[in-house]
Amino acid sequence: MDDLARRTAERAARDSYGRLLAFLAARTRDVAGAEDALAEAFASALKSWPEQGVPANPDAWLLTVARRRQTDAVRRRQTRMAGEVHIQLMTEELEEAAANPQTIPDRRLALMFACAHPEIEAGMRAPLILQTILGLTAIDIAAAFLIPPATMGQRLVRAKARIRELGVPFAIPEREELAARLDAVLDAIYAAYAKGWTEIGDTAAERLADEAIWLGRLVVSLLPDEPEAKGMLALMLYAEARRGARRDGAGAYVPLERQDIELWDEQQIMAAEALLRQANQAGPTGRYQIEAAIQSAHVARRVTGRPNWDAVVALYDVLLGLTQSPVALLNRAAALAEIEGAEAALTSLDAIAGDRRMADYQPYWAARGHLCARAGRKEEAYEALTLAIGLSIDEAVRHYLIGQRTALQDG
Amino acid sequence: MKFMLLIYGDEAAATAATPADTRVMSPDYTAYNEALIKAGALLAGNRLRPTADATSVRVRNGKTELLDGPYAETKEQFGGYYLIEAPDLDTARDWASKCPSAKTGTVEVRPVWQLD
Repeated sequence: MDDLARRTAERAARDSYGRLLAFLAARTRDVAGAEDALAEAFASALKSWPEQGVPANPDAWLLTVARRRQTDAVRRRQTRMAGEVHIQLMTEELEEAAANPQTIPDRRLALMFACAHPEIEAGMRAPLILQTILGLTAIDIAAAFLIPPATMGQRLVRAKARIRELGVPFAIPEREELAARLDAVLDAIYAAYAKGWTEIGDTAAERLADEAIWLGRLVVSLLPDEPEAKGMLALMLYAEARRGARRDGAGAYVPLERQDIELWDEQQIMAAEALLRQANQAGPTGRYQIEAAIQSAHVARRVTGRPNWDAVVALYDVLLGLTQSPVALLNRAAALAEIEGAEAALTSLDAIAGDRRMADYQPYWAARGHLCARAGRKEEAYEALTLAIGLSIDEAVRHYLIGQRTALQDG
Repeated sequence: MKFMLLIYGDEAAATAATPADTRVMSPDYTAYNEALIKAGALLAGNRLRPTADATSVRVRNGKTELLDGPYAETKEQFGGYYLIEAPDLDTARDWASKCPSAKTGTVEVRPVWQLD
């Protein structure tokens, strides 16, 4: 069975699973119970669809299996009440919609808003969305978030209990609330993407990036009028387009400015540019649109031969005004060095040099090391690169930095 | 909160890979150490002499028993530790994942019992 067939089948199974789960959970607020009702059917689907093809009506297939398993369980008197209630609900609904199963309402957006509700711990929002919408297991999710599987499982259980106990609403927020609440959903999806982005070479992590992009597309399709959702999807696609160029043939790290543009995925860049254009029609507003615009200015190199550094700096200024994020200031400094030189960039970093959050932030020390090296401040460069090496998890990045530090002594 | 990072690895391989002068820390560990210090996380840390130099002591029924070697013979040996200060377990795990020995051996994270 080829990889594409397997992935197509998995996608279809996830699509159906997420829709049925969201539908059930939105009615009862009992996410765990809905999962119980669908768990076995979903597992069967993941096993048999890749081999036998996706059924004509995936929702009906899942439901039929769920009901049959439920009946078996009743016979063995092992059924869980919650699951039974869900199957009951589902049956009634499906019978109503027997003529046209497409009428099962898509409540996945409401479910995502529940998962990213302010009452849910920020760090658990992404794992919760990955599990409920895509059916990923705690084991699938745990490693990327640097949390042991058992702990991840417990935290997911607690988060679901909280949704039920606090009566977290399954609804798309009202206009006035929507922007802030949507940001939380987008942040969770982007966090999942970032986990998949940093873990290079790890196939599971690469797939997490795919899942995040899929979720991004889902949000855009369900909220077509929200420019920030498009901005975030564009941002992920710009990054994804460069995935193949981030390592050379020997697996060594290649920084953005030295990447071979032939290895960039033109189709994904075009898709990102189109999304960004649509998002910007009302003028850039949110963080994701600006970050996507920065990526657009970077990849301008493939047309003009040089990144548009003036635009990059100007966009970071807008982003800084919006977020006051030290990370934005750090990235701005790297771009500023290209226009005004390394010394000016280093001076701009003074504002965050004392920030506690930077003390163990690897990109800060890596950027500082590079800037000091360019400014001829060898000792400072050596110290900063050493810290960056100590803070690196990725082997390729660590080797790259060690090379930079060695070059310092030779040069 | 205080956390202990216990470093386990294949002692034979580690000894073979160490530069002749074993008092010198490997570049990876030097960098890791610097990062811990700079972040204000390092409380203490030491590399241990190999298990060949270990003695296990226990007192049973008032009688002291001494055994040459480590407490348990395992494929991976306890080779060193860091005592760190971290705001939470997740941060401590993050530090453990950056420990150079995490790539070849195992780093166990243990919260220090809080007496309060």
